[in-house]
Amino acid sequence: MRRLVTDTLIIAERNLIRLPRAPELLIGFTLQPIMFVLLFRYVFGGAIRTPGYSYVDFLLPGIIVQNTAFGGFATALGLNEDVRKGLIDRFRSLPMSRAAVLAGRTLSDVATNTLSLTILLVTGVIIGFTFQTGFLEVAAGIGLLLLFGYAFSWFLAFIGLLVSSPESVNSVGFISVFPLTFISSAFVPVASMPAGLRDFAEVNPFTIVVDAIRHLWLGAPAHNSVWGAVVWSLVIVAVFAPLAVARYRRAAGS
Amino acid sequence: MTDGPAIEVRGLAKRFGDVCALDGVDLIAHKGQVVGLLGPNGAGKTTLVRVLATLLKPDAGSARVLGLDVQRDAAALRERIGLAGQYAAVDENLTGLENLTMVGRLYGAGRASAKARGRELLARFDLVEAAGRPTKTYSGGMRRRLDLAAALVARPPVLFLDEPTTGLDPRSRLSLWAVIEGLVAEGTTVLLTTQYLDEADRLAETIAVIDHGRLIAEGTSDQLKDRLGGERLEIRLDDDADPEVAVRALAPMSDELPSIDGRLVRVGVRARDGAIVEGVRRLSDVGVGVDDLALRRPTLDDVFLALTGHAAEEGDGEQEPEREQAA
Repeated sequence: MRRLVTDTLIIAERNLIRLPRAPELLIGFTLQPIMFVLLFRYVFGGAIRTPGYSYVDFLLPGIIVQNTAFGGFATALGLNEDVRKGLIDRFRSLPMSRAAVLAGRTLSDVATNTLSLTILLVTGVIIGFTFQTGFLEVAAGIGLLLLFGYAFSWFLAFIGLLVSSPESVNSVGFISVFPLTFISSAFVPVASMPAGLRDFAEVNPFTIVVDAIRHLWLGAPAHNSVWGAVVWSLVIVAVFAPLAVARYRRAAGS
Repeated sequence: MTDGPAIEVRGLAKRFGDVCALDGVDLIAHKGQVVGLLGPNGAGKTTLVRVLATLLKPDAGSARVLGLDVQRDAAALRERIGLAGQYAAVDENLTGLENLTMVGRLYGAGRASAKARGRELLARFDLVEAAGRPTKTYSGGMRRRLDLAAALVARPPVLFLDEPTTGLDPRSRLSLWAVIEGLVAEGTTVLLTTQYLDEADRLAETIAVIDHGRLIAEGTSDQLKDRLGGERLEIRLDDDADPEVAVRALAPMSDELPSIDGRLVRVGVRARDGAIVEGVRRLSDVGVGVDDLALRRPTLDDVFLALTGHAAEEGDGEQEPEREQAA
């Protein structure tokens, strides 16, 4: 167990050291979220009606939740690269903890998510987002975002090990993340969607997490969304962590 | 440490779907020995190394390294083996020193001692000047040296080298060979896979020839060459010469039929002395012109060709099946 912790930290440290040296990923964490916020705020914002909230207040929790999902792409792409380049073989031939490679990956996503979360919040405040709640609720919202992002990293870890190339990581990742985030309350009120989509959006974990953040930051009605978001995060880890670990063992050939 | 062999493989078998990668392999390597596993692409070399390095579960048979079972005692075994692969498994966004330090810490060393060991290895592998650069800036030869250094971090008594010089330029190959010879001199047991006959010839004391997942011959380089008989006369004929005429003229010199390969005629000779003179005389008697002629021992290429019916390096660079990800 001690070995798992130290090895996980070593792998996480390695992932963070290499991050600034692969600038394309860093751009993904920094510029892309800013671009999304600005595009939605100024291109779509005028056309979308969000009763009770200004669009920038409505939008920011949504876009931040979407962004935590994208944070896991670093795990998916990184693991995929490690398998292809043979680094996983190196790790598996070492007397290190078996789970540390995946745990270290998802852990370093928490750090990158913190970075892009900060950037998004600063951007949001600059273009007019205002917290309507107290410090504790805001902090709880940040914690919840990091938890959900961590959980989603396990899903993307599984994707990264499932497909054979970084191109497929991107296409499978986007194909799963875009519908999940767009058919949710992230960008438009769910009530504005046609019946079938609305049914999906209402049970979509992204809707639940976005609603939870709106509750914690804007004081929107909670409807159990905060606990729902915590439960969803735990369920995602419980399902995809074992799947990813099983896949890790297979991808490495045992 | 036990007194048994360093590597002991019995009846090892592994299939990947329809592909039989290992088909009942037996192999022994004694401590301090260098065993060369020679075979073309897809012969099963990498599969065998991956089983021995605890990366792959065999379907049948047993494999022990330093007396430890590769499956049951895998965790203990990983403390005592080093693996350097054909894909130079270092993180290209980390520097040379960061790579070695990370590996050292994953072996359980503290940060400071892992770093010290890393510096020591960088010095030994002539990488000091590149120590602070990300390895993506390294040449192929430098990367291989770093990969080998990473395999040596914990001073393993047994080392697996999977095609250590594939794809390297001749100078880098020579320098890597010198490094491997240095390790062997220190008593490390090495199992080395290669598709290069000259590499096996130079580095390995014992050569095991593998093809289609089976060991088809084993012995020292000399023993393998002796299986093909003694010396051979190789004659390159003039452009307008008829090889059939040459073969008929040369046949009495040999117990076997001379072989023809384009303008090249090979004759196994009974005695070295006088063979060149006799060959030239016989050919000039029948009026066949000679472009070039030499007496030589069979090479491992000849051995390989004779054993497998195809040349060793004819592979087209295709990956071994186990390197592909299962769908």
